[in-house]
Amino acid sequence: MRKGGLMPWLYVGPTLLILAAYLVYPTLTTLYLSFFDKRSENFTGLDNYVWTFTSKAMRTAFRNNLLWLVLFTALTVSLGLVLAVLADRVRYESPFKSVIFLPMAISFVGAGVIWKFVYAYRPAGKPQIGLLNALWSGWLGQEPIGWLVNRSTNNLALIIAGVWIWTGFCMVILSAAYKGIPKELLEAARVDGANEWQVFWKIIIPTMKPTLAVVTTTMIINVLKVFDIVYVMTNGDYGTEVIANRMYKEMFHFRHFGRASAIAVILLLAIVPVMAANIRRFQEQEAIR
Amino acid sequence: MSPRLSKTLSRFPIHIVLIGMGLLWLTPSVGLLISSIRPPDAVNQTGWWTVLPRFFETSQYTLRNYQEILGAQGMALAFRNSLLITIPSTIIPIAIAAFAAYAFAWMEFPGRQVLFVIVVGLLVVPLQMTLIPLLRAYNRLGLSGTFVGIWLAHTGYGLPFAVYLLRNFFGSLPRDLFESAYLDGASEFTAFFRLALPLSVPALASLAIFQFLWVWNDLLVALIYLGGTEQVAPLTLKLSSLVNSLGQNWHLLTAAAFISMALPLVVFFSLQRYFVRGILAGSVKG
Repeated sequence: MRKGGLMPWLYVGPTLLILAAYLVYPTLTTLYLSFFDKRSENFTGLDNYVWTFTSKAMRTAFRNNLLWLVLFTALTVSLGLVLAVLADRVRYESPFKSVIFLPMAISFVGAGVIWKFVYAYRPAGKPQIGLLNALWSGWLGQEPIGWLVNRSTNNLALIIAGVWIWTGFCMVILSAAYKGIPKELLEAARVDGANEWQVFWKIIIPTMKPTLAVVTTTMIINVLKVFDIVYVMTNGDYGTEVIANRMYKEMFHFRHFGRASAIAVILLLAIVPVMAANIRRFQEQEAIR
Repeated sequence: MSPRLSKTLSRFPIHIVLIGMGLLWLTPSVGLLISSIRPPDAVNQTGWWTVLPRFFETSQYTLRNYQEILGAQGMALAFRNSLLITIPSTIIPIAIAAFAAYAFAWMEFPGRQVLFVIVVGLLVVPLQMTLIPLLRAYNRLGLSGTFVGIWLAHTGYGLPFAVYLLRNFFGSLPRDLFESAYLDGASEFTAFFRLALPLSVPALASLAIFQFLWVWNDLLVALIYLGGTEQVAPLTLKLSSLVNSLGQNWHLLTAAAFISMALPLVVFFSLQRYFVRGILAGSVKG
């Protein structure tokens, strides 16, 4: 380690300057603006926060983010785990994992178009060009459904698109952790008469708990910030609004900078504890390595 | 029954599940790709799966959709813009972060620990917290709708993660290496360029791929700082506006979507190892 007067500051200077301008200053300003009115002219106290928790639009957004939180997180993590464990037993493991991981490479906008096409709707009697309605009405003989418009299906339809994107991510991380479990441990349990089911629940899951926690918190952060998929596929219409999309609308369409700032602050407050836990665990893992 | 056969039979359900899931995962993308090379009327009148029974009849395919979407609909311009945005937005933050990470790892200066903790702490800030003040500043400075503006924005957003990752990597290099280099009379500068950087090529590659894809696939940052300026819009922005303007013209939308995915797919297949490592390391990015 060297002590060197000015030199270190030349190295860290640019980073500190840019971070101050692009993250620190705007974050503090947004916090400040959240206590002001639409055009940031008059102090309005907690009005924007009261609106955030009482308006119909925001209540829908909170409800949907909660729905995402439960379904998306449960589906991505559990599917990722099951696929990681099963794929370990076959010879085509690596191509299989590539197929599941592939959606991580493309943009959420692109994925949005892919799934919008799967959900495409034509009135009954017309040829269905969307895969889901073709199966639904062609094979099952049901009335075609506008999956992204129908209020009882649209949130689920969006969540499925999200699951398609992120399951591969969960699978790859969990697969690495699974391969880290000593094989003797699993064999010993099998020799002692445990069946595969018991091995999975009594040994694999408890051993992988730290990694499962990291993957789960990462998915929770994704859910809190989910934006692109909703913006492209429904733009939050028909009861599919989410917090981040609402923030965008308040900022760009309604030009209500007070409310948009308040939503951003809520988002920050929701993310900080999850993210802090994630970074701490990441640090611990780095330390072990 | 031979043990081998019974093993194969007992694995049968596993194969069913895995192959089924694999097909389920591939089908939506295959549908997109096939539709993008079918003539407009065919796409509108029949499902893409109807080509499967006579899959190798090339007369049912056409590249006209790509011609139209690249030319008249301006996807070629958007592709160029994506490159012009993404390449500097990958190089600038990594270059700046490498210097800072090196200082945090191997130099001594007052406030070193505290400053590093603050930099890492900034990982938790969601983009949304910064949009309004920055956009206002950009409007005043004339930076909105410019490439320079979005390069700087991506640099700001990418720095905390890049510094964090590189500082961890530099920090894990053996201390003796630097001590002996200094003893041999190497300057700080030489140690950085001749030792730290060459030894960190894998970490730099993973980071570069992560940042490249993050910027290439980004919608929100482009949406805010480039707004409605068609001349500078990248692929994601262009594609999302086509979703609204083209509506049910699926033959064009599918072609446009595929163009936006082409480069990431090439990166994925050619650099899969670095790609996966980059994505995994990037899981803590805010």
